[in-house]
Amino acid sequence: MRSKRFNLIGHLVLGMMAIYTIIPVVLVLLTSIRPEGDNSTSLGIPDSVDLGNFGDAWETAQFSTFMLNSVFVTIGTVMGATALSILAGYAFGTMEFRGKEVLFYVFLLSLVLPFESVVISWFYTFREVGQTDSLQSLIVPQVAIYLGFGVFWMRTFFEGVPRDVIEAAAIDGANSWQTLWRVLIPIAKPAVTTLVVLTGMWSWNAYLLPLVMITTQDGLTAPLGLTFFRGDFTTDITGLAAASVIVAAPVVAVYAVLQRSFVRGLLTGAVKG
Amino acid sequence: MALAEPLGPASTAGRPDDLSGRPASGGGRRRRSSLTPYAYLAVPFVVFAVLVVGPFLHTIFLSFVEWDGLNDMEFVGLSNYTEVLDDEDLRNSFKNALILIVFFSVFPIALALIAVSIMIGARDMKGLGVYRSVLFIPQVITMAVVGIVWGWMYGSDGVVNQILRAVGLESWTRAWLGDFTWALPAMGFVGTWLMTGFVFVLFLAGAQRIPTELFEACQSDGGGFWAQLWHVTLPGLRGELVVALTLTVIAALRTFDLAFIMTKGGPGTSTQVPALDIYERAFRQGAVGSAAAIATILTVIVFGATFLIGRINRGD
Repeated sequence: MRSKRFNLIGHLVLGMMAIYTIIPVVLVLLTSIRPEGDNSTSLGIPDSVDLGNFGDAWETAQFSTFMLNSVFVTIGTVMGATALSILAGYAFGTMEFRGKEVLFYVFLLSLVLPFESVVISWFYTFREVGQTDSLQSLIVPQVAIYLGFGVFWMRTFFEGVPRDVIEAAAIDGANSWQTLWRVLIPIAKPAVTTLVVLTGMWSWNAYLLPLVMITTQDGLTAPLGLTFFRGDFTTDITGLAAASVIVAAPVVAVYAVLQRSFVRGLLTGAVKG
Repeated sequence: MALAEPLGPASTAGRPDDLSGRPASGGGRRRRSSLTPYAYLAVPFVVFAVLVVGPFLHTIFLSFVEWDGLNDMEFVGLSNYTEVLDDEDLRNSFKNALILIVFFSVFPIALALIAVSIMIGARDMKGLGVYRSVLFIPQVITMAVVGIVWGWMYGSDGVVNQILRAVGLESWTRAWLGDFTWALPAMGFVGTWLMTGFVFVLFLAGAQRIPTELFEACQSDGGGFWAQLWHVTLPGLRGELVVALTLTVIAALRTFDLAFIMTKGGPGTSTQVPALDIYERAFRQGAVGSAAAIATILTVIVFGATFLIGRINRGD
């Protein structure tokens, strides 16, 4: 049968692409469980499994501090960006007002704005007011830069809500604030979830901003700590692999659970942006 | 699991149980005060204006001064730009960024297009969801980890050389990231790895919307694989193509993390890219004005590329 044959081709093509995609992932996982001192970086099956690498990695160079910093920065960024995106998206998606188009395009333009074009100013301005080397120097700029996507994303959601829903709430006597929180937010869960996981991922994985803003070891975020202390691991490839797994794991774990949100956000956000 | 599922199905469902029985009459009973939308926008807009629009303009301003980041700045007009444009090393950086476009955009799009075309008959097959999950993984892994792991892949005894030895291409093996000729393509190939799955999933979602009849019509006109790819798949994916090009070209032009983590621009300047120049000049060499000029040029290039790619969609 025709479709059977095509399914075979489909599995062949996708299987090849999947293997090619997964090789580096398998490599880091395998390396992270090799016995300490086995510094090979091959895809061979380890002789024995050593999970102690993860504990060692955690203790090397304050890794727990870096992870905690990343957790704070990510939570702060996600909360700020999501709250502000909901407010602005609500206005753009459900209300009419003067200057709406222009204001929206200003937000939209930032979707293609290179980070590099604002990071110089961020650093010197934050230094001027003595705010570098702090969690807020990582959170505040990220809240602002992710607003472009967030506002666009939440506007798309609010525009899709049937007018009747909003009008019925108004007839019930709800003001716009009550309508937002009691009627719209409960049905916005899928859209908000996507926004939360994407901004969370971008924030967790951010590299250039902490590289620029943070000059003390205590303030480093996990991805930065990982690459800064690569030197400490030169003779301990398994430890570096374990540390890499620890740094990548939170986002990958959330992705494993909420992949629909990731894929939907990255694809449709991309298509419409 | 269908790829082209409607956006946020729950989002438009509403909660009829809460609202039923209340006729939607008397619309406009409450005219909102015209200040309401501005009240919602105030905080987001101020944050955005102060932290994105302001810094963007500030950077442009800095591109007209000479400043080491500490002492007084001096207004120097366009001289940062003329110096930057005359700078041999910098032209090399931009040239490298253009080469990276081949790896970040052209290869992934070509590969994804061919893969999608091969799979046209199987685009609704079972198990797509599993593959989609796997192919998306590069998008979620921290670039710091990607850089470290690919560094191992390219090592003298790394996986790439192991595979070459296994297939009898011993003479091709080398320390890839230390090689003046091969470091840039090697780094670029990581971009191919990052982008191919994403572009493929994007194209597959688009291809599911192309009516089967179009392929059948092309086939009955004697069109083979390439004819279908060119005359049916490609036009059908125009929107997705624009998105893929925009995202991948911007990613290539802005490359920083990979270069910083894998090669720091070396050996020599063979993997130097504009974003690295900006970082080094602004934060390491005390040439803030020059860095701002490069950043402004990069922004103009990114905006220009976005605009040009967007025109494809209008059928020019």
